[in-house]
Parts: sequence; C-alpha cells; structure tokens
Amino acid sequence: MTNAVYFAMYAGLAIFLLGCLLRIREYARLPLHLRWELYPVAHEEPERARYGGSYFETGQWWLSPQAVNHRGEFCAMFQEIAFLKGLWEYNRRLWPASYLFHFGLYVSIAAAALGGVGAAIRAYLSGVKFAQGAAWLLLAGKWLGAAGIALVIAGAILLLARRLSDPALKNYTKPADLFNLVFFLVAFGFLAAAWLENPSSVAAIVRGAWRFDGGVHVAAVPAIGVVLSCALAAYIPFTHMAHFIAKYFTWHTVRWDDRRNERGGAIEAKIATALNYRPTWSAAHIGADGKRTWGEIASTNPNAHPNEETQK
Amino acid sequence: MSHPIKLRAMARPDSEPLIHLDNENLMPLPAPLDKPENIRPWTELTGQAKGRYECGLDDTCAVNIPKPKTREEEDRLVAQFLRGLDKLFDKENNWTFLQPLLLTMEHCTGCQTCAESCHIFEASGRNELYRPTYRSEVLRRLYFKHVKGGGLLSAWQHGSIQLNWPLVARLIELSYRCNLCRRCAQSCPIGCDNGLVAHELRKLFSQEMGISAREIHDSGSMLQLKAGSSTGMTAEIVKDNISFIDEDISERTGIEVHTPWDVKGSDVLLIHNAGEIMAWPENPGAFALILTMAGVNWTMSSELAGYDSINYGVWYDDAQFARVALKHAEAAKKLGVKRIVLGECGHAHKALTVVADRLLTGELNIPRESYLPMLREIVFSGRFKFDPARNDFPVTLHDPCNMVRLMGIVEPQREILRALAPRFREMTPHGVDNYCCGGGSGFAIMSGNNFADWRFQVAGRKKMEQILNAFSDCIAPETPKYLCAPCSNCKGQFRDMIEYYGLWEKNRLLYGGLVELVVNAMTEVKPGFIDWEWR
Repeated sequence: MTNAVYFAMYAGLAIFLLGCLLRIREYARLPLHLRWELYPVAHEEPERARYGGSYFETGQWWLSPQAVNHRGEFCAMFQEIAFLKGLWEYNRRLWPASYLFHFGLYVSIAAAALGGVGAAIRAYLSGVKFAQGAAWLLLAGKWLGAAGIALVIAGAILLLARRLSDPALKNYTKPADLFNLVFFLVAFGFLAAAWLENPSSVAAIVRGAWRFDGGVHVAAVPAIGVVLSCALAAYIPFTHMAHFIAKYFTWHTVRWDDRRNERGGAIEAKIATALNYRPTWSAAHIGADGKRTWGEIASTNPNAHPNEETQK
Repeated sequence: MSHPIKLRAMARPDSEPLIHLDNENLMPLPAPLDKPENIRPWTELTGQAKGRYECGLDDTCAVNIPKPKTREEEDRLVAQFLRGLDKLFDKENNWTFLQPLLLTMEHCTGCQTCAESCHIFEASGRNELYRPTYRSEVLRRLYFKHVKGGGLLSAWQHGSIQLNWPLVARLIELSYRCNLCRRCAQSCPIGCDNGLVAHELRKLFSQEMGISAREIHDSGSMLQLKAGSSTGMTAEIVKDNISFIDEDISERTGIEVHTPWDVKGSDVLLIHNAGEIMAWPENPGAFALILTMAGVNWTMSSELAGYDSINYGVWYDDAQFARVALKHAEAAKKLGVKRIVLGECGHAHKALTVVADRLLTGELNIPRESYLPMLREIVFSGRFKFDPARNDFPVTLHDPCNMVRLMGIVEPQREILRALAPRFREMTPHGVDNYCCGGGSGFAIMSGNNFADWRFQVAGRKKMEQILNAFSDCIAPETPKYLCAPCSNCKGQFRDMIEYYGLWEKNRLLYGGLVELVVNAMTEVKPGFIDWEWR
C-alpha cells in the first residue's frame, strides 16, 4: 500500500507537469493572430496606463521606440494573481468565494513546497543545522497547510452553493463543474481529516516518498488525501481549470500584445508565414480552392474581372 | 428580469421566436424617456418577412436568411455549417484569430462576470438570450462535440447540444445581436472574449456559407471594392462632392479651403469615412480647413477605396477585411506619402492601425495613425486663436469603442474639449470603460425589417441612458446640447436614435464630431460654424 501511495504521488505530479507542458505547447505553437489588444495595457507608460491610454495617443508614434513598462506589467500581474483584481473590480459578489478558494490553493501549494523541502532535508541530510531547518520548514508547512486546506474547503463550499443556487449559472453549469468542486472538497476534506488526526502524517508520507521508503507506515486517511490530491492535480490540466496557463496567453498574447510590426522585424516574418497558408473556405467571394494562398486571396478583388486581378 | 431560455431552445424545430421583448421588461430610461408618452411601441415583423425568412430568434430579423424549402436543403446547410466549424479551428483557414478563439472556447468558467458588463444584456432587462455567454456556450458545445470528437465523457465535461437547421439559423441571427464592443472581454477574469465569438460566428457564416448582413457585405465591403466606397461614390463623384464642400466651407467660414487630391510625396494621406462626405459634409470641410490653416502637407486619394476608410470586413469576414486594408495601404504607397491619417471613424481606426498591423508587410507597412494626436498638436500649437465662449453650451463626449477601449486613445480628445468647450461634462462611465453607442459592428447601417427598433430600444439603450444622465441638469429644450461623437458610425446611430426618440425637437439635443467644435471656436472663422440645424 505504501509504495502504491508513492507511485500515485509521482504519477499524479508527473501527469500534472506533462499536461501543463502539453497545454503550453498547444497554445504557444498556434500561429500569430491579427492584433486584438484591449486597453488598459499594463506595460504602457505609467501615466497612460492609469487611464488606459496607448502610444497611439502620440503623434507619429513610430518615430520613438516603444517603451515597455515592465514594472507596471509586473504590478498588474501581481495584483491579478495575488488578489484576483479583475474579479474584485467586475464581479465583487463572486470575489469572496473565488478568492478564498484560489488563495487557499496558493497557501496549500506553498505549504506543500515548504513541507516537501523540509521532508527532503530530513530524508537526505543529517546534522543539527539541517534538522533545525527542516523542523522549521515542516512546522511552517504544517500550519500553512491547515490554513490552505480550510480556505480551499470554505471557498469550494461557497462556489458550489453558488453553482447550485444562482439561476444565472444554470445554463452554463455542466456535471463536470459540480464534480470538480466536489473533487476538491473530498480531496481536501481527507487532508483536513488527516491533519486533525495527526498534523504530521502527510509530511511523513512525503518524506517516505522522497526515498521511496516502503517501511513507512501510511495511515489510510492521509494516504487517501494524498492520492486524491495528486489525482486532482493530474486531472486539472485537462479541464478548463487550467486557466492559470490560459491566462498567460490571454493577457500576454492577446489583451496586452501591442508590439509594433516593424519593417523587416520578427512579426513581419510571422505574417509572411501566415500569408502562405492555403485556406479552403467555400463561399464564392472568398475564392479559396486550397491551392491559392491567403496572401493571394487577400490581394484579389472579388469584383474585378479575373484578368484584372492583382496578384501580390 | 431573467427569462428561462435554455440552450436547447436554440434547436426548437418551429420558427417561432424564442423570446418577445416588451417595453416594460427593458431597462428603464431617465427623463424625458421615462414617461409613457415617450415610449415607442415596437414595429412588428411583417407576415411577409416571417414567411420568407428565418425569424425564429426574437422580435426582429437582421440577416434575412431565406427559409430552406426542403429537408434536404436544411441538411445541406447544416453540413456546410459543420465544415465551416472545422475550418474555424484550423490554422490554414483561421490563423487570424485561432489563438484567442481556442482560449475562449477552452477556458470559460461560466462565472457570468461578462454579463454584468454587457450593455445589450442589461438594457434588454437581463434577457438570457442576450447574455454574452449564451451564444458562446452554444458554439463551445458544438466545438467540443463536432470538432474535438464529442462522446459521453465530453458531454459530461462540456455539455451537450443538438445540431439542426433551426439552431444554425438562430445562431446566424444571434451573431448579429452583439456590438463587438468587447466590454465583456475587458471584464473577463480569464481573458475569454465573447465579442470575438460573435465575430467568429459571423466569419464562419460569411466565409463558408456566404451568409451575412446585406448592408455590410453586398452594400458594404463588396460595393467598396467595386465602386471605391460603400456609399457608391466613385472617385469622380467624391471629388465633385469635396469640391462642393470646399466651396461651402470657404463661404461659411470666410477662409479659402481647397482639398488637395493625389499629391505625390505628401506628408499625410487623409482618409475619411466617405459617409461623412455624404451625410455630414461639415466634418470633412472642417478637416480641410484645419489642415490647410495649419500648413499640413496633406492629400486625399482617388484610388479605389483610397477615399473611404471604412472596412466592414473587420466585423464579419477576414478576407474582405484584408482586401480593403490592402487597398488603403496601396493607395498610400502609390502616392508615396509618409503616413496615413484616419479621420473621424472608429472602426477604420482600429482596422487599419491595429488589426492590420498583423497583415501589412514591407512597402505596404506604411505608418498609420489617428487624426486625434495631430489635432491636439494643432490646437495647442499656438498657431490659432480660439474663443471657447463660442462653444458655450453643454457638451458631452462619446468614446467610440474602437478608438478608446480597443486602441487606447483616451486623452487627446478630452484635452481639446477641456480647452475649447467650457461646459464639457463626462458621461459615466467613460474612457476605456465606456458603453457602445449601440451601432457598433455594423448595426448603425442596418435597418432592415424592424431591426431599427431593436437597435434603438435595446442596443443603444444604455448609451441613451448615459447621454440623458450627462445632460440631466439641462435637459429642457431651452438649452441646446451637443453630443460629441468623433466617429461616423456612432454619429449614424445617434442621428437615428435621437430622431427615433424625438430628442432634437423636444430637447434640443444635437450630435456632431470633434473637428466641428474646434472650427466653431476658431476666432479667424466667422461665428456660428455649428448651425444648430438637424441633419
């Protein structure tokens, strides 16, 4: 049983990482799209970013280099990630439940990281200093873990209650949406029960997992909690809950993508690739046959006589 | 009030509308449109329209899709739709928006934050059919079922949906119940873009099925590519009209104005929305006067589409969008100008300066900019003397979505108004948080059947509320009021909507552009450039 738990942990985390990488690869390899930003853009010059202005407010904007305010972008990202600022601004009714849930996840992840490092030190290093350091890390992990678990459970209950009671959500709630929240509740419920039974039980499993130590006694409740949590982690990248990955792209490659297309630059090269795609749209005015490129179609006037068509 | 319209209702086999809109269910409007006598009844769809066209969505009909005569024809159309759906998620066919579309399809959590930002949803009395996610959820379920393979697990995870011709027909109409203002996208905590979903649906219908609103395709982009302008004006006609405008402006202002045409090597190629030349000639006239007096080295172009900045493709068809954008760039290249400057047209701004920035390359990648920074520079250059007292009437500013939320041009127009319009007041909210005029995405030029009723009663309702609130201290007809709308399509919507509600006759509410206010305040110009006549 002990080894099965370790296997589940490694498998869950490996699938999570692999799933995330596949998602990232899927979105990153998509072709360049038409420019489609939304203001405010956080990396604009600070005064302009404050009211949502852009470099288009400057006459002959192309004469000066594009300045990117990394600090502004970082601040906006931090506020969004740490405080769900967008939700606070636009849907304050949902914010408390969502924030409890997401902040609980952050705290839980931090706890897992601290506890994991502490357990690794205990597993592999000896000496008083290491022992002391590991003890501190495990202590922090234990109490942060308790807080994280409580926050996630509270947030999931509130989100589930909203899903079930708000008529506005009825059309848009699928069985999987309810399942996902229940999955969180059950997994974190077991972790909570394990903590209440023995606050160090999960850390003991993690320490054993570092060395694949089959001699560690694994109690049922923490084992179920750990296995379910890892299964949950493995499941997330394959659902819409992978929005922590999507958000990078929706912000950086869509909403905030105000990069200028400069002559001879990288964007022009990507456009040239896209203009060589061969569409097959069927409407007559498009004139696509799977052989003509996007660029040829774009430079054809559907009203012109075929002999008058300008081919670029 | 929320109407319990289920997603499956879209596939209802009859052609009866899914909802009926009653005035009492709509969002209330402030005075004077709060009085029963000022509430306009809806025009009913004619029996002929109901008999001929697919009008099974709501009380109006925007696209006039002929009803299929046989079951086979229905099946053929559904098969066409499915082919288009596949192409929408294929990079060879849809590189233009694949990434944001996929992200929107795969990561919406259904939190409904977007709904609170949508002016159409709010104005309709929170009608479920107009919730931004309603349309998107239908497409999302079709995507997972028909593009990603479907199956029981997929239905459990992403929901199921029945596909038939009534659903496709209703989806075509529903794609024309969104202004594409993208206010919903701005508020989405994930970054999903339900405005883009409406855009992509329109694209599928146009590029695969050849179905689109006649006003933006046949009389829009196709006519522009044929005659040079969606107004139908050829180069000869537009030159004649501009010549007449030059004469009129010279007479009215006392300053000789002459618009230069096809001057090679000019600094600036100015492209107007040609609708201005037809409907609001004082606008291109004011431009000509300002640029001439400022000593700008500018020209207009008589090339095909070079004198009409509109690009309706940006609302429904990527090929049409690209073709018109290329025409604009080719006109500039032919003249060898240093830059293209766009006049008062919001969607033309976005189409050519922003969206086409991922299309134009090499010699066609000519610098493009809004007229607003240049106008600000001229106004504050000290070259002209202004008397703001000439603009001593209440002025409020409409922010065209395409220039502001989608392009970030917020302050230049405000700096000018603060300097030249002493009674300028903001709407609430404004800037990048503005509401669409209700005419966005082509609605301003769409009035078939009774679509105008929907356009003014629903799409434009939130903006009307904002305007009336901005002028609440001076709504009586004794005070003439000026709604500054620096966008041709927005002006078209305001012209029609103000007339619809009788707000010019009863309350002296006039609309117009920004350059008119600038010229009106110039001391070198004869007083009274803004003539307070309805047009």
